[in-house]
Amino acid sequence: MDFMTVLQILDSAMRLSAPLLLACLAGLFSERAGIFDIGLEGKMLAGAFVAAAMSATAAMPIEQGGWGMSWGAAWVGLFFGILMSVVLSLVHGLASITLRGNQLISGVAINFFAAGTTVLIGQNWFRMGGQTPQLRGHSRFEAITLPGAESLGAVPVVGTIYEQLISGHNLLVYVALAMVPLTWWILNRTRFGLHLRAVGENPAAVDTAGLNVVRLRYSAVIICGILCGMAGAYLSLGTSAAGFLKDMTAGKGFIALAALIFAKWRPVPALGACFLFGLLDAIANRYQSLDIGLFVVPVQFMQALPYILTVVILAGFVGKAIPPKAGGEPYVKER
Amino acid sequence: MNRTLPRWADIILIPLLNLALAILVAGLVVLFIGEDPLRAMTLIIQGAFTPNGIGFTLYYTTNFIFTGLAVAVAFHARLFNIGGEGQAAMAGVGVALVCLAFDWPHWSLALLAAMAGGMLFGAGWAAIPAYLQAKRGSHIVITTIMFNLIAASIINFLLVGPMQAPGSSPETRSFPDGASLPTLHDMLGVIGVNFDRHAPVNISLFVALIACVLVWLLIWKSRIGYEIRAFGHSDKAAVYAGISPLKITMIAMLISGALAGLMAINTVMGEAERLVLDAVQGAGFVGIAVALMGRNHPLGVVLAAFLFGILYQGGSELAFEMPGISREMIVVIQGLVILFTGSLENLVRIPVSKLFLRFRKGDA
Repeated sequence: MDFMTVLQILDSAMRLSAPLLLACLAGLFSERAGIFDIGLEGKMLAGAFVAAAMSATAAMPIEQGGWGMSWGAAWVGLFFGILMSVVLSLVHGLASITLRGNQLISGVAINFFAAGTTVLIGQNWFRMGGQTPQLRGHSRFEAITLPGAESLGAVPVVGTIYEQLISGHNLLVYVALAMVPLTWWILNRTRFGLHLRAVGENPAAVDTAGLNVVRLRYSAVIICGILCGMAGAYLSLGTSAAGFLKDMTAGKGFIALAALIFAKWRPVPALGACFLFGLLDAIANRYQSLDIGLFVVPVQFMQALPYILTVVILAGFVGKAIPPKAGGEPYVKER
Repeated sequence: MNRTLPRWADIILIPLLNLALAILVAGLVVLFIGEDPLRAMTLIIQGAFTPNGIGFTLYYTTNFIFTGLAVAVAFHARLFNIGGEGQAAMAGVGVALVCLAFDWPHWSLALLAAMAGGMLFGAGWAAIPAYLQAKRGSHIVITTIMFNLIAASIINFLLVGPMQAPGSSPETRSFPDGASLPTLHDMLGVIGVNFDRHAPVNISLFVALIACVLVWLLIWKSRIGYEIRAFGHSDKAAVYAGISPLKITMIAMLISGALAGLMAINTVMGEAERLVLDAVQGAGFVGIAVALMGRNHPLGVVLAAFLFGILYQGGSELAFEMPGISREMIVVIQGLVILFTGSLENLVRIPVSKLFLRFRKGDA
């Protein structure tokens, strides 16, 4: 395996881990505030669909029923993708915060609702078997060449890494990476973050301190929706799929959930976990089976590895993953 | 909250109102895509009850009874088993191994052995999450989700490798003739009733109904069932009463996994007569909706399973008749039923309770 192959695999791992990272941080905000969210998958899927559909509509000429935009259709898609995901988040919030229902069941329901409606509406809207039209040009987020990438590319090793690995991703990849320190800063260095973490550990104490538990939890759920919507929009607007495909999340929401547990609900390890899972995916995509000398690792094992690792971490054999204390419990104000 | 409602309202009125809300919202989705919801509903019901359709409706019902019971038993111990999908998938491997092991002389022997195989594999796949929940406190919802995904990878591996029949498609050899289960057509033919011969519904339907009775006996008439319910109501109180959380968690999940596993005799042995990729087709998840709608009671599970059987069969017919509506309509309804009966239950329960309170005050 030469240097360029390694770079290509790492590059593809970056692309594959970006949506995981966005969804993982989405789950992080929600779960640190005490709202379990297994509906990440569904919100991503709905976000991906609406983003692609609206971006396609925005770029479509007016005489064909579109908006005839000549630039920035991808932004319209991103906006509506996020909006859709936030709406689903609010349903989850209504069920788990206001009506004190079961958060896990609500998440499952949202996953099914999204899986069904995206195909049902997509089929009806574009008549392409549940897909959206192929997106081109400004209706997608295209690769950005970072300043100096071409000239520095000639410099051995460092320059090549900069040109091949760091540069040349689309905007949302960089947003995802920037979200890691931002999330860390919000959670650990701001008043809001402190309140958010407190409401996930001991809502009664937060309530006694005169803060609004319901409002804090809703804000967490809305942030979760925004990030999930971005993750979804990335899938349909930022990858080579260039449009929405039926069930295109294909379990990424669950891998993000696994990464969240793997990272023990902390933002910086979340980056590591998502990159690791992205890397596994990249390797599995490149090699059908991996010959490591003694025996051959089947590709299916590589695909299952994120889940197996998560179970191992959950079981506490390699450092215990302890969820936020009040996670999953609706808060009932004492009278 | 339960006290304020009479029993009939709790077990009949509330689920029906929740179902009505779910159907209403599904109808709005249909309206949104510019189709006629009433026509869609009529087509679903007609499609489910044609002489040909009813056989498929009952076939799906059989699957959903098994997976619904699986979720319900775990729910009684307050364990949320989302792993029915993976457990049923692994059970398919067990059933296939049993059916392919011998040239079975008679279907009845093959059925008993296949049931054992399916239950063993299903329960086995539930055992690890159960143990981790009881011993290490690993959240069973997350572990069972992970196990669903791991099971999918394993079956993928088996069907393109060790268990694949010579040929191209990822599936096993066909089972021997001796492992072919009698269909309802064969069985009703004996008493002179002519049932559609192409319908996949088979003797597994009766196995499912027997399983319902056994689950009822287990949960409400046995000591272990009492312990499961006590543990589900309050694990702390149960521990004080000398009930072992490890034992109850394990037993409830093993039974749950075994029930989900029994589904494989219907799909793998009864219908396909070989193991194919994605043999479960989401039935494990439908079990969640069925258990929630059926209020975790075997009778409720049968009714809810039949309802979803109608939806699944009618939904496929609907997709033929109304090209504007795809088969995924069923998944939408399924999601909405889970949402309204499972997590938005208080949306209906709180106003209805208030209404009942007001009437009662009026009486006094």
